[in-house]
Formats: sequence, structure tokens, C-alpha cells
Amino acid sequence: MQFSGRRKKLIGNFQNDLYDQCLQFYGQPPLENISLTEFETFAVERLKLLKTVENVGVSCVKNSEQYTKKLDAEISSLNFPHRGGISEYEKRRKDHISHFILRLAYCQTEDLRRWFIQQEMDLFRYRFNCLHSKHKTDFLHKNNLKYETVSAEEKKNLKDKLIASSYGLSGTKVEEHDVYKVPFQDALDLVRTRKVYLLAGNAYIPHHEIVTIVLNDFRTRLSKALAVMFYSDLVISLHCDWLSSFVPLFFCYSHAYVGQDYSIQKNIGKISLEQIDALSGKSFPLCMRHLHKALRENHHLRHGGRMQYGLFLKGIGLTLEQALQFWRSEFVKGKVDADKFDKAYAYSVRHMFGKEGKRTDYTPYSCMKVILSNPPSQGDYHGCPFRHSDPELLKQKLQNYKVSPSGINQILELVKGMHYQLACQKYFELTHNVEDAGFSLNHPNQYFTESQKFLSGGRDIKKEVDMSQRSQENPASVTHPSQANSKQAHEEMGDLDSFFQDE
Amino acid sequence: MSTSDYDPACLPDLLPIYYRRLFFPFSQYYRWLSYGGVSKNYFQNREFSFTLKDDIYVRYQSFTSQNELENEMQKMVPNKIDIGAVYSHRPSQHNAVKSGTFQALEKELVFDIDMTDYDDVRCCCSAADICSKCWTLMNIAIRILDRALREDFGFHHLLWVYLGRRGVHCWVCDDAARKLSVAARSAVAEYLSLVKGGEETVRKVVLSDPIHPFIKLPLFLLVILSVVERYFQQYTIVDQDILGSKESVDKVLALLPEDIKKDLAVSYKDEKDPMKQWDQLCDLVERKKSNSRKGGQYFDKEIMLQYCYPRLDVNVSKGVNHLLKSPFSVHPKTGRISVPIDLKELNTFDPFEVPTISLICEELERPRADEAEEDDKKDKENEQEAGERHRIRDYKRTSLAKYVKVFDWFLEAMARSRKGEMLKKSDLQMDF
Repeated sequence: MQFSGRRKKLIGNFQNDLYDQCLQFYGQPPLENISLTEFETFAVERLKLLKTVENVGVSCVKNSEQYTKKLDAEISSLNFPHRGGISEYEKRRKDHISHFILRLAYCQTEDLRRWFIQQEMDLFRYRFNCLHSKHKTDFLHKNNLKYETVSAEEKKNLKDKLIASSYGLSGTKVEEHDVYKVPFQDALDLVRTRKVYLLAGNAYIPHHEIVTIVLNDFRTRLSKALAVMFYSDLVISLHCDWLSSFVPLFFCYSHAYVGQDYSIQKNIGKISLEQIDALSGKSFPLCMRHLHKALRENHHLRHGGRMQYGLFLKGIGLTLEQALQFWRSEFVKGKVDADKFDKAYAYSVRHMFGKEGKRTDYTPYSCMKVILSNPPSQGDYHGCPFRHSDPELLKQKLQNYKVSPSGINQILELVKGMHYQLACQKYFELTHNVEDAGFSLNHPNQYFTESQKFLSGGRDIKKEVDMSQRSQENPASVTHPSQANSKQAHEEMGDLDSFFQDE
Repeated sequence: MSTSDYDPACLPDLLPIYYRRLFFPFSQYYRWLSYGGVSKNYFQNREFSFTLKDDIYVRYQSFTSQNELENEMQKMVPNKIDIGAVYSHRPSQHNAVKSGTFQALEKELVFDIDMTDYDDVRCCCSAADICSKCWTLMNIAIRILDRALREDFGFHHLLWVYLGRRGVHCWVCDDAARKLSVAARSAVAEYLSLVKGGEETVRKVVLSDPIHPFIKLPLFLLVILSVVERYFQQYTIVDQDILGSKESVDKVLALLPEDIKKDLAVSYKDEKDPMKQWDQLCDLVERKKSNSRKGGQYFDKEIMLQYCYPRLDVNVSKGVNHLLKSPFSVHPKTGRISVPIDLKELNTFDPFEVPTISLICEELERPRADEAEEDDKKDKENEQEAGERHRIRDYKRTSLAKYVKVFDWFLEAMARSRKGEMLKKSDLQMDF
């Protein structure tokens, strides 16, 4: 095949060649130099995209209309290549580079590799299915996927058998479109489920099903590439190179929250302390409602609970003065006298607001952080109740909060499947009496904001405004998200929790 | 037939005779596992495991030649022999190899059918017992799987082996089969599996597709059903008498939806002929299907498959390094030799006629004049086997002979196909 020879000769035209197709197999790594900013931004945006792919894949039936709509929206808003428009060079370049950057981070462990491959495959499947039939064939040719097409005569002989074996295949389709003949080892997913005609060790795949085969190929290549990368000198030397400062960041990004960080409070000072009890029942996510109740009942919270709840309260708009008053009034009802509070606990409240120590203005914990780090032990009330509570206890709690039995069952099903954030979303839907929450839950403060929006009736209008604001912000403030995110990332790397002694 | 003379206590005395007097067809066995010597060290890197006296189990046995295999087996006198995978290094030296580099590379694709997996649908026997009635299940299983492996997957070299008591194995020996990955083996096994679920599952076969309710049955199923239908009436209705007792009728009814169950309970009060009862069941299902908005419902076909379709153990087929009982092993409880099955004579294959080790040892003692003459003629033709003249005569005098012949044909077919491949390759090379 002349194909590889051509590549070596025309480095100049190489880039144009590479980006003349909407979709690619990521066979060749990018060869250019890019700025650090672009490096970070590309990586973060692809990560956002993959996270959306994961969320949408769990909450909707894959390839359903709902699924398609949601993914479509995310891909456009993040400026990734879409349905093969003409001037997509920049987007395709970003797609290419960001994929390879994430490979560096995700080749590190078995779990990370598995996650990355799964999301990239789902994304690839989605984008391949969006291609026109002609572009699909072009893609196969360009990528040297030597799937033999069946001759017209053979097609005629096999027509009835083909129709009987593949769903959605009609006589006309067989005549008009290609049917591929592929060794059965390359079509295992179709073989396993008996969705294909097999003869003498070959699977006969109609054109519209070829995506399964291509996906198989994609998975094999990516899996191999990640394994090779992990063992390669490049990754080993990364730890000694100046780039090494980025690799740890990516570990954080992998589990980092990459949305709004709720450090800039729009509602600052708008909440009064008297409202908190009522708000906890109406607009707090279950974890915060739980913490608030425990605080009221025990007049105390241990360190993990103070951090999680305290930062949340900051995020919903409490001022430092309000926070001090709130915590003190509660602790004083318990075993702590006012003096002791001022000496010990007040300091930590001020620390949360960035008024002590290194004066970092700490950001409220995202769901990911609550779920993954610092699991609660005996005497703790922090964490995510969907993740950390025993299902029986969770059920009781929900019953106490008057959630319907069928609703409780739905929540418990989601918990069983480890979809903790979806369970909380379902809790939102049940307590607000709405069918679809209308947002993807990632952050307790997001829950609060959405709930307040909903209860004040301003939801629909607000949503549209937000969408247009986002797309405006994106090209202009390319540096902003990355700064905010490195901040959160640094915090998560830092040792705030061990700074204080637990009581 | 004095097969009932086998006494397990005699096994330790009979086994040495079995291995020494070359009942055990060492040269064919070696020919088989060398696969024409195309891959270097293929035989040498093959793992065997032995179960010795007192249930001592030794793994990672490997041999450098046929002679070594013979000597070791005659020395150790294993009760049971298992064949494993071909590894990257000699299994007997696996400890000396750097960790992580000792890998299973190739192995035949194998299938295991065990009669105990059918216990929930057998009335005649259970557990380790079999009889001529339920042997039909094996017959059906072999036919369906053999056809599917050959026609759908394009495999040619299949060795079916009766294990001596209640099961059969299929060894798929094609080059392509030996090179299959774990994922591919598992996909083939799943393609062939229709009966799913353990004790808690009542309805083990589901043919209708909830996502595509109106789709017709796929081709694969139509072909299978045509085989099953041939046997169903005689085997299931008559031999197994599944509509004969209240208990067994209830089991069948449990697989049907409420409305059909009710209607049948009524009509079965009057109709007592099981054949007609079955027809009534099929009529009701057909009627429900054509009236239903839910599309294809195949309860009658599901029942047929649940009672007859082959039940495989997917785990046996999946692993590349899985160890499986070797052909020509002796079954310790029944004494029967694990012999190849001639598919051309499948309908007349009788598991109770398979010779036991005590039978063939006994037959050995009986001199047969006419056979000796025949062998002399053959010896003059066969120069190579001159040294083994005496030995060949031994097993040929016994009931084992016809089963070894099946093995010979199998090996010849493989050799012919290898020759054909090599000719094809050299033709291609000569062409530019």
C-alpha cells in the first residue's frame, strides 16, 4: 500500500490530510508545538466532553433521541468537531491533540484505561453514526480497514439469508448498499448476540452495522496504544521532565470537578440564618440536609462535617459574620462554651473564608469530592448518603422525609448501580415533584441553585440565558476556566484536612 | 458383553497393561498434538496434567518426544490425563522463566456437554446416570453443535469424544480455532448458548426480543428448530413422557403465560393423549400470537428448546489455558475408555457398548488366528511400523480397534488439509 509512503514524504501536507476528515482513529500523535494554555484548555474541555458522554450514557438509552440531543448540545458548546462542516479545521485539531493529551493521563492504571476507552468508544460510535453513508465508506477506505465487500452476485444468492439474520435489513437495502464480509473474529459483538449471518467463518455485515466492527477495531487499537504508552520511555521520562508538573494535575482532573466552582457567590448576604432550617428541607441536597439535622440535634459536627457543610453554606451565600454566628450559636447549645468556640472553632471558620493561614479561599466540595474522598466513620455525618449510607438506613431516612415508596425504590436501584449523583437527582425530582430535573448534578451548591431557581419559577428562562452566556464566554475567556480549575486542583492536592485536629 | 465386570479396585492393576501394551495409541496421539510439526516445539510446549494414585494431581508436565511421553506415562501410570494449552516455553520449566513471560499461546477450542446439566428436564435418570432414552439428548447436542461449528464458523476438524459416563467433549482442532482469543471463544460459546439460567430460573429459553418484538426468528434458530423438531415428539413426548404425570405437566405449564395455562388446564381434563395435548398447546400459542399486539411469542418453541437444546458450560470453552480430560483416558468409575465418536454412525452409537479397560485387557488374552493373518499382510506393507509390529497387533485384537480407526481418519483428514494448504502457499510463491 502506498499509503504509509505518502505520509513520510509530505509532512507539509500531512496536517491538511489528517484534518480533512471529521472523524479519525487517532493513529498518529500530533507533531506540532502548542502553548501551555492550549495544552491545559484542550485537556480540560475534552474531559468535560467525556464526562458528559458518561453521564448521558447512564441517564438515557444510548442512541435514543434524548441521548443524541444532549450529546449534540455538549459537542457544539465545547467546540468539538461535529457533523462534518467545511471549516472545522480548528475543531479537528483540538479533537486530535486533546485525545492524545488525555492518553498521557489515562494510561496510568487499569481503571483509568478502562474508563477512558469506554467513553472514547461511546463518543466515537456516536460521531460515526452521525456520518453520511458516503463519509462512512470514505472513512473505512482512508483508514485501511480492508473489509471485503460482497459481490453483487453473491449478494443475490444470500439475500434471503441476510434479511433473515439482520434486523432492519430489507431487500432493497441489500441490493443498493454494500455488504461486508469479515472474518467472524472481527465481529465478535455481533456474533455473540447472533445479530449477523455467519457462513463458513465469515460474518456478512450490512452497511449500517459496520460501526460495530469499526468500534471493535477502535477499541483494540486504543487499548494497545495505551498499554504501549504506559510502558514507553516517554511516560517514564515524563516524571523527570518539566512536563511532570502536569501529570499529577491530570490525576486530579480525572476525578476533578470541572464546572462552576461556586467561589464567586452571586447571592452573598441574601440568605438569612432564620431561613436555613426551611431551606434545608426544600433546597438542600440530601447530604447537607443530613448534616444540618445532625448539627441541630447534636449541637456539634466533627471536622469532616464542618468542612463539607461549612463550605456549602459559604457557597449558598453566607457571609463570614453570618457563618461565625451560625456555628457559634449551635455549638454553644452543646458542650462548647463561647470562649472555647472563639479560640478553636472560629479560627477554622475564618480559614474556610480565606482569612487565615495561606488565605486560600476554599471552594465548596463537588459531588465527586464528597463521594470519593474522606469516607465517614462512626460519629461522622459527612459524605454522600447515597454512597455511604447503608441502603436500609437510607430508605428509612427517605421515608421520614416523606418520599413515595416507588420513588424510594427508584433511588435504591440507582444506588445499587452506583449512580449516586443520579440518585440525588432523582431525590431532587421527587421532592420538587418534577419529572426531569433538567440538569446534570455535579455539585451540592448546584442542587441548591437549581432548586431555588425552580421554586421561584424562573427556571426555563434562566436556562436559555445560561446556555448563550456559556457559548459567549468560551472563546473569550479561554484562560479563566483553566485558572479556576488549577486552583481547585491545587486545593485537592493540598493537605487542608490534615491541617486541623479532629475532635 | 462383560463390561459389567469392571471393578474400580482393579484399576491400578489394569492401567499399567493399558499403557504398556500400547492400547493407548501413543503414535497417533503424538501425531495429533504435533499438528504436522508446522510450528516449532508445538508438542514440547504443550501442558499435560496427571492425576495419580491417591488423587495426587501434578500439573505442568511436558515432554520432548513421543518416547518421553510413553516412558513417563508408563512410569507414573496416571489415573487421569488432562491436556492443557501450548505455552510460550516448556511447561515443565515454567518456574525458570521470568515471571509474566510464561504464557498460554494456543489451544483447541473445546466444548463440554454434561448430562447432569439437563437434570431439570430428564425424567428417566438423574445425576451420573444415563440410559438409552436420555442419550438422545447427546445425539441432538452433537448434531446441532457439529453443524453450527462447521457451517457457520467454517471449522473442519472436529473430534467428538465420549467421556465414559455422562458427557461428551468436542475438540475443534483447526489452526484458526487453536489461535482464538479468550473473547472469541466466549463469543462462539455464547452464540451457541440458548438455555440460560440456573436453579432459580424457571423459563430458561427466551426467543422473543423485547426491543424488536415483531422480528421473525433469526435463521440460526430456524435451522436449529428443524433439527429439534425431528426428535421432539419421540424423545420428549413419548420417551420422557413430559405430559405423563401431573408433576411433569405442571413443569411444562410453568413455562407458559397465565391465559394459556388456564385454557390448557381445562382441555387437559378431557384430552389424555399426550401427542394431542402437545398439539393443543401449540394451537393455543399460535392463536395467541396472531391475536397479540406484542408480536412474536414462541412459547411452544421455547419449550422444545428447553427440553432438548444442547447445554454447554461456557467456562470450559472460554479459557485458553483450561485443562480438559484427554481422549483415551480411562473413566475411573465406569472403566470405560474415552473414545472418539464416529459421526457417520451417530444414530447407532451406544455408550453402553464402549469397551471398558477390563474388557480390552481380557480380550487381549484371547488369541485370534484370523486377525493375526491379516496383520502379517499389513506388516509387510508398513516398513515404518515394523518395530511396533507386535504392539499394533495388541489393540487391534480388541474392541478398541474401531474407535482408534475413527481417530486415524480424523488425523488423516487433518494431514490432507495441511498438505493442501502447503500446496496453495507454494503455488502463490511461484507466481509473480
